[in-house]
Amino acid sequence: MEISNINKKKIRESLKEDKRLDGRKPEDFRKIEIETGISKNAEGSARVKIGDTEVIAGIKVDVSEPYPDHEDEGTMITTLELLPLSSSRFEYGPPRIEAIEIARIIDRVIRESGFIDFKKLCIKKGEKVYTVLIDLYTLNDDGNLIDAGCIAAVEALKSAKMPKYDEKTEKIKFGEFSSKSLPLNERVPVTITSYKIGDKIVVDTTREEEDSSTSRISFGLTDSKKGDDIIISSLQKGGEGTFTQEEISKIIDLTVRKFKDIQKETEGVE
Amino acid sequence: MISEKKQTEEKEKKVREIAVPGETIVSGKDYLPGDGTRREGENIVANKFGLVDISGRLIKLIPLSGVYMPRMGNVVIGRIENITFKGWIMDINAPYSAFLQVAECPRFIKGDLKDYYNIGDMLSCEVISVKNSGIDLTIKGRGLGKLEGGIITKINSNKVPRVIGREGSMIKLIKENTKCNIVVGQNGIVWISGDKVEDEIKAREAIEFVVGKSFIDGLTEKVKEWFENKPLKKIVKKTEGKK
Repeated sequence: MEISNINKKKIRESLKEDKRLDGRKPEDFRKIEIETGISKNAEGSARVKIGDTEVIAGIKVDVSEPYPDHEDEGTMITTLELLPLSSSRFEYGPPRIEAIEIARIIDRVIRESGFIDFKKLCIKKGEKVYTVLIDLYTLNDDGNLIDAGCIAAVEALKSAKMPKYDEKTEKIKFGEFSSKSLPLNERVPVTITSYKIGDKIVVDTTREEEDSSTSRISFGLTDSKKGDDIIISSLQKGGEGTFTQEEISKIIDLTVRKFKDIQKETEGVE
Repeated sequence: MISEKKQTEEKEKKVREIAVPGETIVSGKDYLPGDGTRREGENIVANKFGLVDISGRLIKLIPLSGVYMPRMGNVVIGRIENITFKGWIMDINAPYSAFLQVAECPRFIKGDLKDYYNIGDMLSCEVISVKNSGIDLTIKGRGLGKLEGGIITKINSNKVPRVIGREGSMIKLIKENTKCNIVVGQNGIVWISGDKVEDEIKAREAIEFVVGKSFIDGLTEKVKEWFENKPLKKIVKKTEGKK
């Protein structure tokens, strides 16, 4: 059932007093649970729960040709499917705008952060490179799929092992993994999505809160952990509503704070 | 109180078994299939996932999960999905959509139907007929009509009898402890309205507690305990954990 006018009004009214219907404050995240290594056939996998939202990610590594303008770099493809089992509003069939958008946001966050060292994924310049396939599936939808999907993709990448490469046939030996991890570096990307409900900015929204919001903005952040500089590597806005300049700078401050919190929570997950 | 204790004792003696769809509950022509069961040759087979209830010759199945199937006389809470010339199409959390005719409205309706009830409004209504052609609703009656203010929450419709309790004891307890007005639709949609948001959240948490522990005997006592141990201290702890 879609959101009722009653709940919409209630969410907006109680947010004026900085209250949310689940007892959180506007800047609070729900509890994040991470589990990795859930699939034995994938190179890497992870399941992430944020409250009732649940997303699984799987990593496969394949061999393909590089793009002509990046001959010595590996490639990456991110797909996301909004499974009908996760919500009554999703249907089977080719991905809709919503699924494509979330997949593209996560793709861009990981690509632009430089988290994967694509240069090390080259086998033979101009002919053969590794392709990293990131597949995301939603198991349950209670809002904030972008952030949950990004955490799942990153954790799955962290846990992934390189497959064995057969030099004679120039193919991958399926089902055989080496002990080597993917060529990753310390620039772990995180997305923080903020929603505007009424005049208030809210992070980690539930489905009902997303339905009563007018606009959304996702920041993709990363840092090298050595220096203190946090880099905004990507940005995406959605919804019909607008943000003022002040609101954007307020969101950036909030996002940086939340970025550090999430970094702490995801640290040390193997 | 004595009668309630006796009944719970009797319940403890009578351990109900769980049946899954397709499972043979009993065999023999002496038995009659009741709700949620069917006859297959000699056997009585379960249609749903639930607890087996044998009373004399009649075999019934108390469902533990599944969708809400509307019945005549049920009071349900629905959301207006669409507006036609003749009335409102409503989503009542059932597999079929329901229809509320203009003639079933207690007010004199003139002009645009949107001005009376608009898309997204919640109404408490009564099911007047369930036919192949569709479900018909009415809002003529006491306590029926548009719901204003408060919050809407959704529970498993099979747990509605436990939330209401024996002769409304459970819902009365929750209402008294939270000072909220609560309407529980048979379709599992609950409307909670109080003076403060905190009260409404507390009432919703109490209902979720009842739904989660619905298989326990003497649940009313447990809920009383829950309300006594639930002052603000615990709530504060919970929010700290979420940070």
